[in-house]
Amino acid sequence: MKKLINAPEAVVAEALAGMAAAHPGLIRVQTDPAFVVRADAPVRGKVGLVSGGGSGHEPMHGGFVGRGMLDAACPGAVFTSPTPDQMLAAAKAVDGGAGILFIVKNYTGDVMNFEMAAELAAAEGLTVDSVVIDDDVAVKDSLYTAGRRGVATTVLAEKICGGAAEAGQPLAAVADLCRRVNANGRSMGMALTACTVPHAGKPSFTLADDEMEIGIGIHGEPGRRRVPLEPADRVAEMLMEPVIEDLPFGAGDEVLLFVNGMGGTPLIELYVLYRKAHEIAERHGLKVVRNLVGSYITSLEMAGASITLLRLDADMIRYWDAPVLTPALRWGA
Amino acid sequence: MTDSLDVAALTAWLDRAAAVLEREKARLTELDAAIGDSDHGVNMARGFSAVAAKLAGAPPADPAALFKTVGMTLISTVGGAAGPLYGTLFLQAAGKATGKPTLDAPALAECLKAGLAGIVQRGKAEPGDKTMVDALGPAVAALDAAAGAPLPQALAAAAAAAEAGMAATIPLVARKGRASYLGERSAGHQDPGATSSFLLLKALADTAAG
Ligand SMILES: Nc1ncnc2c1ncn2[C@@H]1O[C@H](COP(=O)(O)OP(=O)(O)OP(=O)(O)O)[C@@H](O)[C@H]1O
Ligand SMILES: [Mg+2]
Repeated sequence: MKKLINAPEAVVAEALAGMAAAHPGLIRVQTDPAFVVRADAPVRGKVGLVSGGGSGHEPMHGGFVGRGMLDAACPGAVFTSPTPDQMLAAAKAVDGGAGILFIVKNYTGDVMNFEMAAELAAAEGLTVDSVVIDDDVAVKDSLYTAGRRGVATTVLAEKICGGAAEAGQPLAAVADLCRRVNANGRSMGMALTACTVPHAGKPSFTLADDEMEIGIGIHGEPGRRRVPLEPADRVAEMLMEPVIEDLPFGAGDEVLLFVNGMGGTPLIELYVLYRKAHEIAERHGLKVVRNLVGSYITSLEMAGASITLLRLDADMIRYWDAPVLTPALRWGA
Repeated sequence: MTDSLDVAALTAWLDRAAAVLEREKARLTELDAAIGDSDHGVNMARGFSAVAAKLAGAPPADPAALFKTVGMTLISTVGGAAGPLYGTLFLQAAGKATGKPTLDAPALAECLKAGLAGIVQRGKAEPGDKTMVDALGPAVAALDAAAGAPLPQALAAAAAAAEAGMAATIPLVARKGRASYLGERSAGHQDPGATSSFLLLKALADTAAG
């Protein structure tokens, strides 16, 4: 597998150094322990939003640090949860006196590390609340699994809660909004190819030229089922149907439709998918009043896409529209 | 051959464990690729090499201090699910080792039992969920049962039980961690965390055997 890197062990640190060099006005990068933090942190009187997770999903989370979105992001090794000392240091760096919200994707490692960090932060007198995002309908939420995975709704939660925090909403309100976003967001993904973790050196699974994997996560793990390759319109149906059924979304609902690339799929193909997904949403009577199309939560160079529907309320729309100025997402600012 | 382990012997164990995990890194990562996300070997090797470096830099005074250093180092360097779980094991063991200059078989059994309880409390896994608990549980029981035997024998029994527990994870369907996402597709693969638990206990038994 060819990669544009220097050494597998150096990838995360060198990418962080690159981000720091590229966006000095927006973010700072701390090392030992590593985290990305807003250039003007801590912001007095504002709830501090901290997220984090394994690297390899860029631009999430570090690319979403900045005004109107995250205050800090903790990067782990590629596809590996970061550690509590990073999260604690990040929480301290962004504490503006209004409390801290941890936005955590539902993976065993992330949940346990953020839990330990919250315990340490509380012991140091910080006020911390945590919201776990678990929006992936490909995973059955049952007693017999670790629960649904946290995927693309995380991006929407970080934007919307970032807007609310920037507007001066208190911790309880921002946390409640985050839980509402999670409760109303659903995602499903698919892959055309696997991806290769730098230190592993070979793909985490293999798909033949005429196969695709439905229900994949964002860590190169296999999905729900392997099926023959189909045209984009069929794929849109296969992703939209379980998403729409799960909530359930109903006629008249105002929704945000998010078509996300996994890293190796060009924007032109994402728009082909968006076209059909939008049509399917309207066929179900859903009003697509906001959207996002692009590669925002990726799985290294995996080719594929995910579709997310978020049922919107007035707060969510207001804070989605609010100005944002981060390396990867910016409007109105 | 000894009947109890002091700080030097425990340090030798962790050095040996770091070397073993470095050697087995690719295999552990391969096991994790089959039912997880290809990071367990690298995570464990990174964590234990940090442990070895830490212990060499500032040798701890007694077993409790050593376990505490190991736990804190693992928590801040391993990441993933394994970091908090193994970190908790050593922190809980430190509690049981407090005030003891050396650890004999009954003391080690107590440490391991407390460590396992910590893992279960943090991760909520039950026996048969296809996790490290399936290797550690039988090891704790074996060590308890053999605590009257000479230390090397007792630890060999614990390692053998962990090995059997590890092998017994192969047919299981995972109910915890990343592998649970695969449902039935997780059967037929050995759990990476159970494998690293066996390697750690085997390194301990080998250290005690001299
Ligand atoms: N809830 C749990 N309780 C006990 N052991 C667990 C639990 N969840 C996972 N494990 C163990 O952890 C091992 C995987 O560790 P690893 O370091 O690869 O973490 P990971 O699941 O990849 O973490 P992350 O979700 O951050 O990527 C599994 O093989 C299993 O033995
Ligand atoms: Mg793993």
